[in-house]
Amino acid sequence: MPREKKEAPIRVLIAKPGLDGHDRGAKVVARALRDSGMEVIYVGLRQTPEAIVDSAIEEDVDLVGLSILSGAHMVLFPRILKLLKERRAADIPVFAGGIIPDEDARRLRRAGVKAIFGPGARLDEIVTTARSIARRHA
Amino acid sequence: MTGRRPEPPEARAVQARDRRVLARLISMVENGDPRARPIQKALYPHTGHARIVGITGPLGVGKSSLVNALLGVLRARGVRVGIIGVDPTSPFSGGSVLGDRIRIDRAGGDEGVFFRSMASRGHTGGIAATTREVARLLDAFGMDIVLVETVGSGQVDVEIRRIASTSVVVLVPHLGDGVQSLKAGLFEIADVFTINKADLPGADGAARYLSEMTALGAGPDGWTPPVVQCSTVEGRGIEDLWKAVEAHEAFLDSGPGRARGEEARARAEIVDRVTGRIGLRLDGLLEENRELRELLGQVLDRSLDPGTASDRIYAALRHRL
Ligand SMILES: Nc1nc2c(ncn2[C@@H]2O[C@H](COP(=O)(O)OP(=O)(O)OP(=O)(O)O)[C@@H](O)[C@H]2O)c(=O)[nH]1
Ligand SMILES: [Mg+2]
Repeated sequence: MPREKKEAPIRVLIAKPGLDGHDRGAKVVARALRDSGMEVIYVGLRQTPEAIVDSAIEEDVDLVGLSILSGAHMVLFPRILKLLKERRAADIPVFAGGIIPDEDARRLRRAGVKAIFGPGARLDEIVTTARSIARRHA
Repeated sequence: MTGRRPEPPEARAVQARDRRVLARLISMVENGDPRARPIQKALYPHTGHARIVGITGPLGVGKSSLVNALLGVLRARGVRVGIIGVDPTSPFSGGSVLGDRIRIDRAGGDEGVFFRSMASRGHTGGIAATTREVARLLDAFGMDIVLVETVGSGQVDVEIRRIASTSVVVLVPHLGDGVQSLKAGLFEIADVFTINKADLPGADGAARYLSEMTALGAGPDGWTPPVVQCSTVEGRGIEDLWKAVEAHEAFLDSGPGRARGEEARARAEIVDRVTGRIGLRLDGLLEENRELRELLGQVLDRSLDPGTASDRIYAALRHRL
Protein backbone atom coordinates (compact mmCIF):
# COMPACT_ATOMS: atom_id res chain seq x y z
CA MET A 1 0.00 0.00 0.00
CA PRO A 2 1.32 3.43 -0.72
CA ARG A 3 1.48 5.55 2.36
CA GLU A 4 0.87 9.23 2.47
CA LYS A 5 4.13 11.07 2.92
CA LYS A 6 3.27 12.72 6.17
CA GLU A 7 5.16 15.30 8.10
CA ALA A 8 6.97 13.85 11.08
CA PRO A 9 4.97 14.52 14.22
CA ILE A 10 6.37 16.81 16.92
CA ARG A 11 7.75 14.76 19.82
CA VAL A 12 7.30 16.25 23.27
CA LEU A 13 8.38 15.03 26.70
CA ILE A 14 5.97 15.72 29.55
CA ALA A 15 7.25 15.26 33.09
CA LYS A 16 6.50 16.39 36.56
CA PRO A 17 9.72 16.86 38.45
CA GLY A 18 9.78 17.13 42.23
CA LEU A 19 8.36 14.95 44.93
CA ASP A 20 4.97 16.39 45.66
CA GLY A 21 1.47 16.22 44.40
CA HIS A 22 -0.35 14.58 41.56
CA ASP A 23 0.05 14.66 37.81
CA ARG A 24 -3.53 15.40 36.77
CA GLY A 25 -2.62 18.66 35.10
CA ALA A 26 0.30 17.10 33.26
CA LYS A 27 -1.94 14.28 32.01
CA VAL A 28 -4.56 16.68 30.72
CA VAL A 29 -1.90 18.64 28.84
CA ALA A 30 -0.39 15.40 27.51
CA ARG A 31 -3.73 14.34 26.11
CA ALA A 32 -4.39 17.71 24.53
CA LEU A 33 -1.00 17.63 22.83
CA ARG A 34 -1.68 14.09 21.60
CA ASP A 35 -5.05 15.15 20.24
CA SER A 36 -3.29 17.85 18.26
CA GLY A 37 -1.23 15.10 16.59
CA MET A 38 1.94 15.14 18.68
CA GLU A 39 3.81 12.17 20.04
CA VAL A 40 3.91 12.66 23.77
CA ILE A 41 6.48 10.81 25.82
CA TYR A 42 4.88 10.80 29.21
CA VAL A 43 7.14 10.09 32.16
CA GLY A 44 4.93 11.32 34.97
CA LEU A 45 5.80 12.01 38.57
CA ARG A 46 8.92 12.27 40.64
CA GLN A 47 11.39 12.63 37.85
CA THR A 48 14.83 13.88 38.75
CA PRO A 49 16.39 16.55 36.52
CA GLU A 50 18.97 13.96 35.39
CA ALA A 51 16.26 11.50 34.36
CA ILE A 52 14.36 14.22 32.51
CA VAL A 53 17.42 15.20 30.53
CA ASP A 54 18.27 11.54 29.78
CA SER A 55 14.75 11.11 28.44
CA ALA A 56 14.80 14.31 26.40
CA ILE A 57 18.01 13.26 24.69
CA GLU A 58 17.19 9.58 24.09
CA GLU A 59 13.72 10.38 22.81
CA ASP A 60 15.06 13.16 20.56
CA VAL A 61 12.17 15.38 21.54
CA ASP A 62 11.42 18.73 19.98
CA LEU A 63 10.13 20.12 23.22
CA VAL A 64 10.02 19.48 26.98
CA GLY A 65 7.02 20.43 29.10
CA LEU A 66 7.36 20.40 32.87
CA SER A 67 4.54 20.63 35.32
CA ILE A 68 5.29 21.76 38.81
CA LEU A 69 3.26 22.53 41.92
CA SER A 70 5.81 22.75 44.66
CA GLY A 71 7.91 25.77 45.38
CA ALA A 72 10.98 23.95 44.11
CA HIS A 73 10.77 25.39 40.62
CA MET A 74 13.57 27.87 41.22
CA VAL A 75 15.90 24.95 41.91
CA LEU A 76 14.60 22.36 39.47
CA PHE A 77 14.22 24.43 36.32
CA PRO A 78 17.67 26.02 36.38
CA ARG A 79 19.14 22.58 37.10
CA ILE A 80 17.38 21.04 34.09
CA LEU A 81 18.43 23.90 31.81
CA LYS A 82 22.01 23.58 33.02
CA LEU A 83 22.07 19.82 32.43
CA LEU A 84 20.65 20.28 28.94
CA LYS A 85 23.43 22.74 28.21
CA GLU A 86 26.11 20.46 29.64
CA ARG A 87 24.91 17.64 27.47
CA ARG A 88 24.84 19.76 24.32
CA ALA A 89 21.07 19.69 24.20
CA ALA A 90 20.30 23.32 24.95
CA ASP A 91 18.52 23.54 21.60
CA ILE A 92 15.61 21.59 23.09
CA PRO A 93 13.09 24.20 24.27
CA VAL A 94 11.49 23.90 27.70
CA PHE A 95 8.09 25.19 28.78
CA ALA A 96 6.48 25.09 32.20
CA GLY A 97 3.09 24.88 33.81
CA GLY A 98 2.06 25.34 37.41
CA ILE A 99 1.75 27.87 40.14
CA ILE A 100 4.72 30.12 39.65
CA PRO A 101 4.77 33.67 41.09
CA ASP A 102 5.24 36.45 38.54
CA GLU A 103 8.68 37.46 39.75
CA ASP A 104 9.92 33.84 39.54
CA ALA A 105 8.34 33.47 36.10
CA ARG A 106 10.27 36.48 34.88
CA ARG A 107 13.52 35.03 36.20
CA LEU A 108 12.82 31.63 34.68
CA ARG A 109 12.09 33.21 31.30
CA ARG A 110 15.36 35.04 31.50
CA ALA A 111 17.09 31.77 32.38
CA GLY A 112 15.71 30.23 29.19
CA VAL A 113 12.28 28.73 29.91
CA LYS A 114 10.39 29.46 26.68
CA ALA A 115 6.84 29.72 28.00
CA ILE A 116 5.08 29.53 31.35
CA PHE A 117 1.41 28.71 31.89
CA GLY A 118 -0.50 29.37 35.07
CA PRO A 119 -3.25 27.10 36.39
CA GLY A 120 -5.87 29.08 34.45
CA ALA A 121 -4.26 28.66 31.03
CA ARG A 122 -6.51 27.36 28.26
CA LEU A 123 -5.54 24.07 26.66
CA ASP A 124 -5.75 25.38 23.11
CA GLU A 125 -3.45 28.22 24.11
CA ILE A 126 -0.94 25.70 25.52
CA VAL A 127 -1.13 23.58 22.37
CA THR A 128 -0.66 26.54 20.04
CA THR A 129 2.28 27.89 22.02
CA ALA A 130 3.88 24.45 22.32
CA ARG A 131 3.65 24.04 18.57
CA SER A 132 5.21 27.42 17.92
CA ILE A 133 8.21 26.95 20.22
CA ALA A 134 8.95 23.32 19.27
CA ARG A 135 12.30 22.73 17.67
CA ARG A 136 11.86 21.16 14.26
CA HIS A 137 14.25 18.71 12.77
CA ALA A 138 16.24 20.00 9.83
CA MET B 1 32.10 -1.66 -8.02
CA THR B 2 32.20 -1.61 -4.27
CA GLY B 3 34.62 1.24 -3.82
CA ARG B 4 35.22 2.00 -0.16
CA ARG B 5 33.81 5.32 0.84
CA PRO B 6 34.86 6.90 4.08
CA GLU B 7 32.35 6.15 6.85
CA PRO B 8 29.81 8.94 7.34
CA PRO B 9 30.70 10.87 10.51
CA GLU B 10 27.37 9.89 12.07
CA ALA B 11 28.29 6.21 11.75
CA ARG B 12 31.52 6.84 13.59
CA ALA B 13 29.69 8.90 16.21
CA VAL B 14 27.21 6.08 16.89
CA GLN B 15 30.05 3.64 17.38
CA ALA B 16 31.73 6.15 19.65
CA ARG B 17 28.47 6.08 21.66
CA ASP B 18 27.31 9.60 20.99
CA ARG B 19 23.79 9.49 22.40
CA ARG B 20 22.46 12.57 20.62
CA VAL B 21 23.60 11.36 17.22
CA LEU B 22 22.03 7.96 17.89
CA ALA B 23 18.77 9.58 19.01
CA ARG B 24 18.62 11.76 15.89
CA LEU B 25 19.42 8.86 13.65
CA ILE B 26 16.56 6.88 15.18
CA SER B 27 14.23 9.79 14.39
CA MET B 28 15.46 9.83 10.80
CA VAL B 29 14.81 6.12 10.47
CA GLU B 30 11.36 6.53 12.01
CA ASN B 31 10.53 9.31 9.61
CA GLY B 32 11.78 7.45 6.57
CA ASP B 33 14.41 10.14 5.99
CA PRO B 34 16.64 8.94 3.12
CA ARG B 35 19.70 10.56 4.71
CA ALA B 36 19.74 7.72 7.22
CA ARG B 37 20.43 5.13 4.56
CA PRO B 38 24.19 5.63 3.99
CA ILE B 39 24.70 5.71 7.75
CA GLN B 40 22.73 2.50 8.24
CA LYS B 41 24.72 0.93 5.44
CA ALA B 42 28.01 1.87 7.07
CA LEU B 43 26.86 0.58 10.45
CA TYR B 44 25.49 -2.75 9.29
CA PRO B 45 28.84 -4.60 9.35
CA HIS B 46 29.16 -3.53 12.97
CA THR B 47 25.90 -5.16 14.03
CA GLY B 48 25.04 -8.73 14.98
CA HIS B 49 26.36 -8.63 18.50
CA ALA B 50 23.17 -7.71 20.38
CA ARG B 51 20.55 -10.29 21.27
CA ILE B 52 17.06 -9.01 20.62
CA VAL B 53 14.40 -10.11 23.08
CA GLY B 54 10.71 -9.36 22.55
CA ILE B 55 8.38 -8.72 25.48
CA THR B 56 4.80 -8.88 24.32
CA GLY B 57 1.36 -9.40 25.81
CA PRO B 58 -2.02 -7.73 26.28
CA LEU B 59 -2.48 -4.17 27.54
CA GLY B 60 -1.52 -3.53 31.13
CA VAL B 61 -0.16 -6.96 32.07
CA GLY B 62 3.06 -5.40 33.35
CA LYS B 63 5.37 -5.57 30.33
CA SER B 64 7.09 -2.28 31.10
CA SER B 65 7.38 -3.17 34.78
CA LEU B 66 9.07 -6.43 33.77
CA VAL B 67 11.38 -4.59 31.41
CA ASN B 68 12.32 -2.35 34.32
CA ALA B 69 12.91 -5.33 36.59
CA LEU B 70 15.01 -7.09 33.94
CA LEU B 71 16.95 -3.88 33.45
CA GLY B 72 17.89 -4.05 37.14
CA VAL B 73 19.13 -7.63 36.80
CA LEU B 74 21.08 -6.90 33.63
CA ARG B 75 22.66 -3.64 34.73
CA ALA B 76 23.81 -5.30 37.97
CA ARG B 77 25.79 -7.67 35.75
CA GLY B 78 27.18 -4.84 33.67
CA VAL B 79 25.15 -5.80 30.60
CA ARG B 80 24.40 -2.85 28.29
CA VAL B 81 20.71 -2.66 27.48
CA GLY B 82 18.77 -0.95 24.71
CA ILE B 83 15.00 -0.78 25.09
CA ILE B 84 12.35 -0.02 22.49
CA GLY B 85 8.84 0.60 23.81
CA VAL B 86 6.20 0.54 21.10
CA ASP B 87 2.77 2.03 21.81
CA PRO B 88 -0.21 2.42 19.50
CA THR B 89 -0.89 5.65 17.64
CA SER B 90 -4.32 7.15 18.00
CA PRO B 91 -6.17 6.51 14.75
CA PHE B 92 -8.06 9.77 15.24
CA SER B 93 -5.42 12.45 15.68
CA GLY B 94 -2.31 10.62 14.54
CA GLY B 95 -0.85 11.54 17.91
CA SER B 96 0.00 9.26 20.77
CA VAL B 97 0.87 9.17 24.42
CA LEU B 98 3.87 6.90 24.85
CA GLY B 99 3.83 5.71 28.44
CA ASP B 100 6.19 2.76 28.71
CA ARG B 101 9.00 4.93 29.97
CA ILE B 102 7.09 5.88 33.10
CA ARG B 103 7.80 2.45 34.62
CA ILE B 104 11.53 2.66 34.14
CA ASP B 105 13.47 3.84 37.10
CA ARG B 106 17.16 3.93 36.61
CA ALA B 107 20.10 5.89 37.79
CA GLY B 108 20.28 9.26 36.05
CA GLY B 109 23.12 9.42 33.55
CA ASP B 110 23.53 5.61 33.23
CA GLU B 111 25.34 5.29 29.91
CA GLY B 112 24.65 1.56 29.76
CA VAL B 113 20.98 2.08 28.97
CA PHE B 114 19.22 3.66 26.03
CA PHE B 115 15.44 3.73 26.03
CA ARG B 116 13.43 4.80 23.03
CA SER B 117 9.63 5.08 22.84
CA MET B 118 8.04 4.54 19.48
CA ALA B 119 4.55 5.09 18.14
CA SER B 120 3.19 2.50 15.79
CA ARG B 121 2.23 5.30 13.34
CA GLY B 122 2.28 4.68 9.60
CA HIS B 123 5.85 3.58 9.11
CA THR B 124 6.80 2.81 5.54
CA GLY B 125 7.16 -0.96 5.49
CA GLY B 126 5.33 -1.26 8.81
CA ILE B 127 6.23 -0.87 12.43
CA ALA B 128 8.16 -4.15 12.48
CA ALA B 129 10.55 -2.91 9.79
CA THR B 130 11.26 0.28 11.71
CA THR B 131 11.64 -1.55 15.00
CA ARG B 132 14.17 -3.87 13.41
CA GLU B 133 16.18 -0.93 12.10
CA VAL B 134 16.12 0.84 15.45
CA ALA B 135 17.21 -2.37 17.21
CA ARG B 136 20.07 -2.56 14.73
CA LEU B 137 21.15 0.99 15.57
CA LEU B 138 21.16 0.09 19.27
CA ASP B 139 23.25 -2.94 18.38
CA ALA B 140 25.76 -0.77 16.50
CA PHE B 141 25.77 1.57 19.49
CA GLY B 142 27.20 -1.30 21.51
CA MET B 143 24.22 -2.66 23.39
CA ASP B 144 24.45 -6.32 24.42
CA ILE B 145 20.72 -6.85 24.76
CA VAL B 146 17.84 -5.03 23.10
CA LEU B 147 14.47 -5.47 24.77
CA VAL B 148 11.49 -4.71 22.54
CA GLU B 149 8.14 -4.13 24.27
CA THR B 150 5.05 -4.40 22.08
CA VAL B 151 1.37 -4.65 22.91
CA GLY B 152 0.10 -8.05 21.98
CA SER B 153 -3.01 -7.36 20.03
CA GLY B 154 -2.94 -7.08 16.32
CA GLN B 155 0.01 -7.27 14.04
CA VAL B 156 2.93 -6.22 16.13
CA ASP B 157 3.03 -9.20 18.45
CA VAL B 158 3.16 -11.72 15.64
CA GLU B 159 5.80 -9.69 13.88
CA ILE B 160 8.01 -9.68 16.95
CA ARG B 161 9.19 -13.11 15.86
CA ARG B 162 10.62 -11.49 12.78
CA ILE B 163 12.84 -9.29 14.89
CA ALA B 164 13.62 -11.05 18.14
CA SER B 165 15.56 -14.27 18.70
CA THR B 166 13.62 -14.87 21.93
CA SER B 167 10.04 -13.75 22.46
CA VAL B 168 8.53 -13.56 25.93
CA VAL B 169 4.73 -13.56 26.11
CA VAL B 170 3.42 -11.94 29.29
CA LEU B 171 0.06 -12.91 30.76
CA VAL B 172 -1.61 -12.39 34.13
CA PRO B 173 -3.58 -14.76 36.41
CA HIS B 174 -6.92 -13.03 36.13
CA LEU B 175 -6.88 -13.55 32.42
CA GLY B 176 -8.27 -16.85 33.81
CA ASP B 177 -10.75 -17.48 31.05
CA GLY B 178 -8.52 -15.42 28.81
CA VAL B 179 -5.68 -17.85 29.17
CA GLN B 180 -7.89 -20.72 28.13
CA SER B 181 -9.26 -18.89 25.16
CA LEU B 182 -5.81 -17.78 24.09
CA LYS B 183 -5.40 -17.55 20.44
CA ALA B 184 -3.26 -20.35 19.11
CA GLY B 185 -1.11 -17.55 17.77
CA LEU B 186 0.38 -16.91 21.19
CA PHE B 187 1.77 -20.39 21.34
CA GLU B 188 3.54 -19.81 18.08
CA ILE B 189 5.01 -16.55 19.29
CA ALA B 190 6.19 -17.58 22.73
CA ASP B 191 9.64 -18.95 23.48
CA VAL B 192 8.99 -18.15 27.13
CA PHE B 193 5.69 -17.57 28.95
CA THR B 194 5.46 -15.31 31.96
CA ILE B 195 2.58 -15.14 34.36
CA ASN B 196 3.15 -11.71 35.81
CA LYS B 197 1.27 -10.33 38.83
CA ALA B 198 1.78 -13.71 40.48
CA ASP B 199 1.05 -11.91 43.76
CA LEU B 200 -2.62 -12.02 42.68
CA PRO B 201 -4.76 -15.14 43.15
CA GLY B 202 -4.94 -17.68 40.36
CA ALA B 203 -1.31 -17.59 39.25
CA ASP B 204 -0.62 -21.26 40.01
CA GLY B 205 -3.68 -22.35 38.08
CA ALA B 206 -2.82 -20.20 35.10
CA ALA B 207 0.78 -21.43 35.12
CA ARG B 208 -0.31 -25.04 35.36
CA TYR B 209 -2.75 -24.62 32.50
CA LEU B 210 -0.11 -23.01 30.31
CA SER B 211 2.46 -25.69 31.17
CA GLU B 212 0.00 -28.38 30.19
CA MET B 213 -0.67 -26.64 26.93
CA THR B 214 2.99 -26.19 26.07
CA ALA B 215 3.78 -29.79 27.10
CA LEU B 216 1.27 -31.04 24.54
CA GLY B 217 3.78 -30.53 21.86
CA ALA B 218 7.19 -29.03 21.59
CA GLY B 219 7.45 -26.62 18.69
CA PRO B 220 8.81 -27.80 15.36
CA ASP B 221 12.29 -26.86 16.60
CA GLY B 222 12.07 -29.10 19.68
CA TRP B 223 11.84 -26.30 22.23
CA THR B 224 9.15 -26.36 24.92
CA PRO B 225 8.44 -22.85 26.21
CA PRO B 226 8.94 -22.67 29.97
CA VAL B 227 6.34 -20.90 32.11
CA VAL B 228 7.75 -18.50 34.68
CA GLN B 229 5.77 -16.79 37.43
CA CYS B 230 6.81 -13.23 38.24
CA SER B 231 5.72 -10.40 40.43
CA THR B 232 7.32 -7.07 39.80
CA VAL B 233 5.74 -5.64 42.95
CA GLU B 234 7.34 -8.34 45.08
CA GLY B 235 10.44 -8.52 42.92
CA ARG B 236 9.91 -12.24 42.51
CA GLY B 237 10.76 -14.48 39.56
CA ILE B 238 12.70 -11.87 37.63
CA GLU B 239 16.01 -13.76 37.77
CA ASP B 240 14.15 -16.91 36.72
CA LEU B 241 12.61 -15.10 33.81
CA TRP B 242 16.00 -13.99 32.58
CA LYS B 243 17.36 -17.52 33.09
CA ALA B 244 14.58 -18.81 30.88
CA VAL B 245 15.49 -16.28 28.19
CA GLU B 246 19.14 -17.31 28.44
CA ALA B 247 18.16 -20.97 28.28
CA HIS B 248 16.35 -20.34 25.03
CA GLU B 249 19.29 -18.42 23.62
CA ALA B 250 21.61 -21.28 24.65
CA PHE B 251 19.23 -23.74 23.00
CA LEU B 252 19.45 -21.75 19.77
CA ASP B 253 23.26 -21.81 19.97
CA SER B 254 23.41 -25.52 20.72
CA GLY B 255 21.65 -26.57 17.54
CA PRO B 256 20.63 -25.28 14.15
CA GLY B 257 18.16 -22.82 15.71
CA ARG B 258 20.34 -19.73 15.65
CA ALA B 259 21.39 -20.06 12.02
CA ARG B 260 17.90 -21.03 10.91
CA GLY B 261 16.30 -18.13 12.72
CA GLU B 262 18.79 -15.67 11.30
CA GLU B 263 18.32 -16.94 7.80
CA ALA B 264 14.54 -16.88 8.09
CA ARG B 265 14.62 -13.31 9.37
CA ALA B 266 17.04 -12.10 6.71
CA ARG B 267 14.95 -13.73 4.00
CA ALA B 268 11.74 -12.26 5.33
CA GLU B 269 13.33 -8.84 5.51
CA ILE B 270 14.55 -8.95 1.93
CA VAL B 271 11.23 -10.30 0.66
CA ASP B 272 9.38 -7.56 2.58
CA ARG B 273 11.59 -4.81 1.28
CA VAL B 274 11.43 -5.92 -2.33
CA THR B 275 7.71 -6.74 -2.37
CA GLY B 276 7.04 -3.43 -0.67
CA ARG B 277 8.68 -1.61 -3.54
CA ILE B 278 7.05 -3.77 -6.18
CA GLY B 279 3.71 -3.08 -4.53
CA LEU B 280 4.26 0.66 -4.68
CA ARG B 281 5.32 0.44 -8.31
CA LEU B 282 2.30 -1.66 -9.21
CA ASP B 283 -0.01 0.72 -7.45
CA GLY B 284 1.50 3.52 -9.53
CA LEU B 285 1.01 1.51 -12.73
CA LEU B 286 -2.65 0.96 -11.91
CA GLU B 287 -2.85 4.71 -12.03
CA GLU B 288 -0.67 5.42 -15.07
CA ASN B 289 -0.80 2.41 -17.37
CA ARG B 290 -3.75 2.35 -19.76
CA GLU B 291 -4.12 -1.44 -19.95
CA LEU B 292 -3.91 -1.86 -16.21
CA ARG B 293 -6.42 0.91 -15.72
CA GLU B 294 -8.78 -0.90 -18.06
CA LEU B 295 -8.47 -4.09 -16.04
CA LEU B 296 -9.20 -2.10 -12.91
CA GLY B 297 -12.26 -0.61 -14.61
CA GLN B 298 -13.52 -4.09 -15.49
CA VAL B 299 -13.20 -5.15 -11.88
CA LEU B 300 -15.13 -2.06 -10.84
CA ASP B 301 -18.01 -2.70 -13.29
CA ARG B 302 -17.96 -6.38 -12.33
CA SER B 303 -17.18 -7.69 -15.79
CA LEU B 304 -13.98 -9.23 -14.42
CA ASP B 305 -13.26 -10.69 -11.00
CA PRO B 306 -10.23 -9.43 -9.05
CA GLY B 307 -8.59 -12.87 -9.11
CA THR B 308 -8.58 -13.08 -12.89
CA ALA B 309 -7.48 -9.47 -13.23
CA SER B 310 -4.56 -10.17 -10.89
CA ASP B 311 -3.61 -13.32 -12.80
CA ARG B 312 -3.42 -11.32 -16.00
CA ILE B 313 -1.38 -8.55 -14.47
CA TYR B 314 0.98 -11.05 -12.87
CA ALA B 315 1.41 -12.92 -16.15
CA ALA B 316 2.16 -9.65 -17.96
CA LEU B 317 4.72 -8.54 -15.39
CA ARG B 318 6.33 -11.85 -14.55
CA HIS B 319 8.98 -11.81 -17.23
CA ARG B 320 10.12 -8.43 -15.95
CA LEU B 321 10.72 -9.67 -12.43
N1 LIG C 1 -0.26 -6.69 41.36
C1 LIG C 1 0.69 -6.44 40.45
N2 LIG C 1 0.58 -5.37 39.66
C2 LIG C 1 1.56 -5.16 38.73
C3 LIG C 1 2.67 -6.02 38.59
N3 LIG C 1 3.45 -5.58 37.58
C4 LIG C 1 2.84 -4.47 37.11
N4 LIG C 1 1.71 -4.21 37.80
C5 LIG C 1 0.78 -3.07 37.58
O1 LIG C 1 0.13 -3.22 36.35
C6 LIG C 1 -0.12 -1.94 35.76
C7 LIG C 1 0.44 -1.92 34.35
O2 LIG C 1 1.86 -2.05 34.40
P1 LIG C 1 2.76 -1.77 33.13
O3 LIG C 1 4.12 -2.26 33.46
O4 LIG C 1 2.62 -0.38 32.69
O5 LIG C 1 2.06 -2.73 32.07
P2 LIG C 1 2.26 -2.79 30.48
O6 LIG C 1 1.93 -4.18 30.08
O7 LIG C 1 3.60 -2.27 30.11
O8 LIG C 1 1.15 -1.78 30.00
P3 LIG C 1 0.95 -1.22 28.50
O9 LIG C 1 2.29 -0.85 27.96
O10 LIG C 1 0.04 -0.06 28.71
O11 LIG C 1 0.30 -2.34 27.73
C8 LIG C 1 0.53 -0.94 36.68
O12 LIG C 1 -0.46 -0.37 37.49
C9 LIG C 1 1.51 -1.74 37.49
O13 LIG C 1 1.73 -1.19 38.77
C10 LIG C 1 2.75 -7.15 39.48
O14 LIG C 1 3.70 -7.96 39.45
N5 LIG C 1 1.73 -7.30 40.38
MG1 LIG D 1 4.09 -0.73 28.74
